[in-house]
Amino acid sequence: MLTTAALVLGGLLAVAAVWFVARPFLRSPASEEPLVEPGRAERERLALEEERDRALAALKELEFDHRTGKVSDDDYRSLVGELRRAAADALRALDRGRGQIDVRSREG
Amino acid sequence: MPELGRAALVVCFGLALYAVGAGFWGAHTRRRRLALSAQNALVAAFLSAAVAAGVLLVALITSDFSFTYVSAFTSRELPLTYKITALWGGQEGSLLLWLLVLTGYGAAAVLLDRKAGRELIAWVVPVLGVVAAFFSMLVVFVASPFATHAAPADGLGLNTSLQSPYMQAHPPLLYLGYVGLTVPFAFAMGALLSGRTDERWIVATRRWTLAAWMFLGIGQLLGAKWAYEEVGWGGYYAWDPVENAALMPWLAATAFLHSVMVQEKKGMLKVWNMLLVILAFSLSLFGTFLTRSGVLSSIHSFTEGSIGPWFLGFICFVVAGSLALLFRRLPLLRSKTKLESLVSREATFLYNNLLLVALCLTILWGVTFPILSEAVRGESVTVGRPYYDFFLRSFGLPLLLLMGIGPLVAWRRASLRSLGRTFLWPFAFGLVAGGGLVAAGAGSSLPGLIAYTFAAFVTATIVLEFARGTAARRALAGEPVPRAFASLVARNRRRYGGYVVHAAIVLLAIGVAGSSAYDTSHTARLAKGQSLKVRDYTLVYRDLRRTRAQNAVETRATIDVYRGGDRIAVMHPGKNNYPVEQQISNEVAIRSDWLTGEDLFLITEQVNPNGTIDFKAIINPLVNLIWLAGVVFLLGSVVTLWPDAREERRLAVRYGRLAPET
Repeated sequence: MLTTAALVLGGLLAVAAVWFVARPFLRSPASEEPLVEPGRAERERLALEEERDRALAALKELEFDHRTGKVSDDDYRSLVGELRRAAADALRALDRGRGQIDVRSREG
Repeated sequence: MPELGRAALVVCFGLALYAVGAGFWGAHTRRRRLALSAQNALVAAFLSAAVAAGVLLVALITSDFSFTYVSAFTSRELPLTYKITALWGGQEGSLLLWLLVLTGYGAAAVLLDRKAGRELIAWVVPVLGVVAAFFSMLVVFVASPFATHAAPADGLGLNTSLQSPYMQAHPPLLYLGYVGLTVPFAFAMGALLSGRTDERWIVATRRWTLAAWMFLGIGQLLGAKWAYEEVGWGGYYAWDPVENAALMPWLAATAFLHSVMVQEKKGMLKVWNMLLVILAFSLSLFGTFLTRSGVLSSIHSFTEGSIGPWFLGFICFVVAGSLALLFRRLPLLRSKTKLESLVSREATFLYNNLLLVALCLTILWGVTFPILSEAVRGESVTVGRPYYDFFLRSFGLPLLLLMGIGPLVAWRRASLRSLGRTFLWPFAFGLVAGGGLVAAGAGSSLPGLIAYTFAAFVTATIVLEFARGTAARRALAGEPVPRAFASLVARNRRRYGGYVVHAAIVLLAIGVAGSSAYDTSHTARLAKGQSLKVRDYTLVYRDLRRTRAQNAVETRATIDVYRGGDRIAVMHPGKNNYPVEQQISNEVAIRSDWLTGEDLFLITEQVNPNGTIDFKAIINPLVNLIWLAGVVFLLGSVVTLWPDAREERRLAVRYGRLAPET
């Protein structure tokens, strides 16, 4: 008796698993959109945003380390310019990229 | 109901295989519904594994000895809590727990980390599926926890070493750590497979890696406490291969947690980080293999089984497959930036990584050499404590020093003048502490003295970092000190949580150095009324009693402890005799002095027929700092793990366009 009940429960578990796994296919066919691979522009945008965030975070950390006395005035002056340039470059490149995407989307 | 357990495991195996096949095909052909279906299979695999674990748990609790596993690891007299913990007392149950935790982690990771991008998750699922398929295959075909036989009247009982409260938490925590390292591995492989080697996989796995690392760390400390109190030789870490098996992935994960910051801040070390993730995961598999294969004898290796060749094959497959994939994607992992200076934060992280990996690999060699020697030359050799102690000092002491240097050095580069100013106070504090210790007579152990001096230096840097940070925050926002301190930590959780973890490592180093370099031990045979003097303690043996507990006969001596003429404690070391298990265990007595951190540790080595007892008394200075380190480590880890809403928002904006609709 127990064996039969166990087998029935096991069968129910298998059926429930199959139903759950098949759920994405049971929805309307309209939901079948392909997995979107980010295009080249999107990947470049992501890389630039990572670059920008990295530069901004480094600037913030440098400011804080300078304030706490960990970075001397001389070291601060020699580092802050490079970091500001890197952040500005990333921001400009992002703006250019956005502009190109906007132009492409208007043309498209 | 073993049939239900078996059916649940077969369903789990099928689902894991489906997650592999459908996952790979769905990701490769970019079929969204197929990829989603594979994700669902992973979630359903977790539920099936949970059903199987539930069946075994019920059988253990109800003492259903028709289950071979239940009769092999429990008995009727075994207390309920140990019946429950017998779930991981044997090989089959441990593998089932591995599978349950793995599928749980997998399901949680794919459901919670959708922000990482649909196409990355699509590749992560089949990697998790491969690992889940391997473990479910083991419990279905090789080491089933649901094997049955004619039920005996009683079971064989649980190994007495496992009948400890620490064993209720130590193995599950280790598994949470071992198995947790599968998540960063799966995301790293997903990133390589999809060719998306940007920072998404790192962002998605940051907390999973930290959590796994935290569980491994706490699990090891609980294991050390268990060894200290239960195994009863007076120590807490014996460089046992199975202990090392947990330490190695923790060291690799520690290296990864540091080097990944260099990738986040500077975009460097991308290949190195991939290698560390592969190393950490492979070592976690190797650790499970060592514990469960019966390939070596260890106080922690409670089982011998036939799963060894399967594990070795899978480890080879994982290492070869992941390295081949990494090699194929090398062009995508080239870094645009280079190390600007050897005196910079990123350089100290690099040195820290080299030392951690060197320590990890020397331990790996110490563990594998005896196995290789036996396999190749047929000779059994032992790699003993001197080997490990030598490398721990060679790599561990510089690591301790770097823990103090790193936070004081700026990113990119630092001038010597700036360094001189920043290092002045911590350096002076370290020197004064070292000199003071020599004057106080601690110069008898050079490694101990160096460890204490470095620990003082690191402590000073940590205090200075918090003090300077709070002062800067106070000046900036005009907040009172407590509020400035709280907002400093809240705004930089990873940095300041990390410093708290560093403080825990300092405590650990002081505890280890104190208890191993300055301990005292005495052995004596005493008759009733006789005494033993150990340093400033006098121990008088008064009495011996036997009592019957639920599943053991307990023999306890009564020892009066005097210091300076005052009786300060009564201690009861002894032995337990377990009739069902036919084992005798040492039950040590420990008196902890929380003011000095010192332990008086008493072992009843032998109860002689004439009523005399062979006692061993050990004084372990500062050993309690090791356990305190565990609490501080947990606190620091939680601070580091705590979600940062601003950071989450920033990442949501960055990856927003890549995230799926939910």
